[in-house]
Amino acid sequence: MAAEQKIILKTEGLTKRYGGVHALEDADFELRDGEHVAVVGDNGAGKSTFVRQITGVEQPTAGNIYFDGQPVEFKNPIEARNHGIETVFQNLALADDLDVPSNLFLGREERYFNLGPFSFLNEKKMLAHTQEALRQTGIKIPDLKNKIRNMSGGQRQCVAISRAASFASKLIIMDEPTAALGVQETAQVENIIRGLKQRGIPLILISHNLRQVFDLVDRIWVFRRGRIVGAVDRDKTDGNEVVSLITGVKSTVSGGEAAFV
Amino acid sequence: MAELAQTAKKLSAEHNTAAEKRARRARPAEANVLIGLIVIALLFEILGWIFQGQSFLLNKERLSIMILQVSVVGIIAVGMTQVIITGGIDLSAGSVVGATAMIAMSFAQVSTYPRAVFPSMTDMPVIVPLAVGLGCGLLAGLINGSLIAYTKIPPFIATLGMMVTARGIAKWYTKGQPVSFPTDSYAAIGAGMTPVLIFILVAVLFQVILRYTVYGKHTYAIGSNEQAARMSGIKVETHLILVYVIAGLLAGLAGIVLSARGLTAQSGMGVMYELDAIAMAVIGGTSLSGGRGSIVGTTLGMLIFGVIISGFTFLRIDAYYQEMLKGVIIVGAVVLDVYRQRLRGRV
Repeated sequence: MAAEQKIILKTEGLTKRYGGVHALEDADFELRDGEHVAVVGDNGAGKSTFVRQITGVEQPTAGNIYFDGQPVEFKNPIEARNHGIETVFQNLALADDLDVPSNLFLGREERYFNLGPFSFLNEKKMLAHTQEALRQTGIKIPDLKNKIRNMSGGQRQCVAISRAASFASKLIIMDEPTAALGVQETAQVENIIRGLKQRGIPLILISHNLRQVFDLVDRIWVFRRGRIVGAVDRDKTDGNEVVSLITGVKSTVSGGEAAFV
Repeated sequence: MAELAQTAKKLSAEHNTAAEKRARRARPAEANVLIGLIVIALLFEILGWIFQGQSFLLNKERLSIMILQVSVVGIIAVGMTQVIITGGIDLSAGSVVGATAMIAMSFAQVSTYPRAVFPSMTDMPVIVPLAVGLGCGLLAGLINGSLIAYTKIPPFIATLGMMVTARGIAKWYTKGQPVSFPTDSYAAIGAGMTPVLIFILVAVLFQVILRYTVYGKHTYAIGSNEQAARMSGIKVETHLILVYVIAGLLAGLAGIVLSARGLTAQSGMGVMYELDAIAMAVIGGTSLSGGRGSIVGTTLGMLIFGVIISGFTFLRIDAYYQEMLKGVIIVGAVVLDVYRQRLRGRV
């Protein structure tokens, strides 16, 4: 079924070296339209490095990235965002002293007339959009005019995710979205992710939590020591195999499909 | 079961803190500053009746002198507030006031004065010294901003360099001689209550800009989380330069007003004004770590500053004590800011 969908993101031989450190080596990755995949691996396996290359935070040493059928070279996260890729970074990238609508629209504020930096903000429109975005993602925040600083970790994460979800047209990437959250808050974030699946927005989820990964995604990509050791369909694998791949007990995927050594 | 109880406890704890937060949000920082202003003013009122046998507040003359005294520094403080909100500082403001006062005044001299700096350029229309003065401020701000944005040196160092350099320029310009005898139209800028009017215009303008425009939003965003601002597509470098340019322009304006008011410009003008301006901003609730503050708060901070200085004079306390007290106020305001930070961090 997935094979019929067109490929939305593809990398070929993606490599990133920091001086002598080979953080990412020769990564061939594929994501199909509407597909939710997880990227798993131990600390230092190259997951975050991989995300930084495809979101334009860093530029790869070698290799190609194709997005929506076109070769792309993002010079910064803004270019990636303009292409319809939204990322929820581990450090959240929220401005603590601003309220929810201001954070949602940070860097792309609605304006009344264009007077350059001195354009007046259309706060009404931004507030209405924010309410709509939060409603769509099923997030309840009692006071949108409250500053982010005064919110719980879960609420902050929800704001970051709904920002990504409301602007992403083609792809959402989430780097450890529930790492710092409690049980209930994690459940809420997982619900948002399920909602995105229903809306058909493709997702790359970086996670350490295998239970969550098996719950949420269609396909799991395993990274180890800077290389992709394999991609497995969630339905055709189990926790043991994934753990073996992560730890290196097993070095290739048994099914033979998409096996990169 | 134990787990369940713990969850319940956690939930109720969360509920409590949420309620507290709501209560805290109900009173903005400016309200606290206003309460502080009223308390201090009333204190002087009471002390006035006890020691001087007259009212401190119900004296029109005293109040207008008080406001006049602080409004020039207030103009600087409006720019300073914006710089501090981005997480920076501008130590050069006082020196820029001095340099601007000297240079602007030299283009505003009357022809009847035989020792003008530029004998061929006397009796110029007021727009010339105004443009020259604002240009000086703009240039200083542009250099400050570019250094900070592109070389990434701390604002403290960049503006410290400008502080020393601009003071040097002020002294070098006439080899230490004062510049005097401005045209009537130039002198009008500082006459009577005009400086207060200029301050009010500047304060209202930037209160609106900071609160309602994209510029304001980005200023707070950069001070709040520069990384996030950059990730969100805000051109942080350009924005910082703009903020320092505005601060420089306002320092230049203050220099013009000050020299016009005194009918003379001296190279020592504006010494330590930057510290007064920083103190006004911080007393008014602007956080030195960035992200928080407002012009309304700074204006209230300015009034607190004015009330204390004027109150001391009113109580006939020696001017030396005033100087010492200023230092205590500045440090006290910063301690208060740090304390507020810690209080917030705990929640």
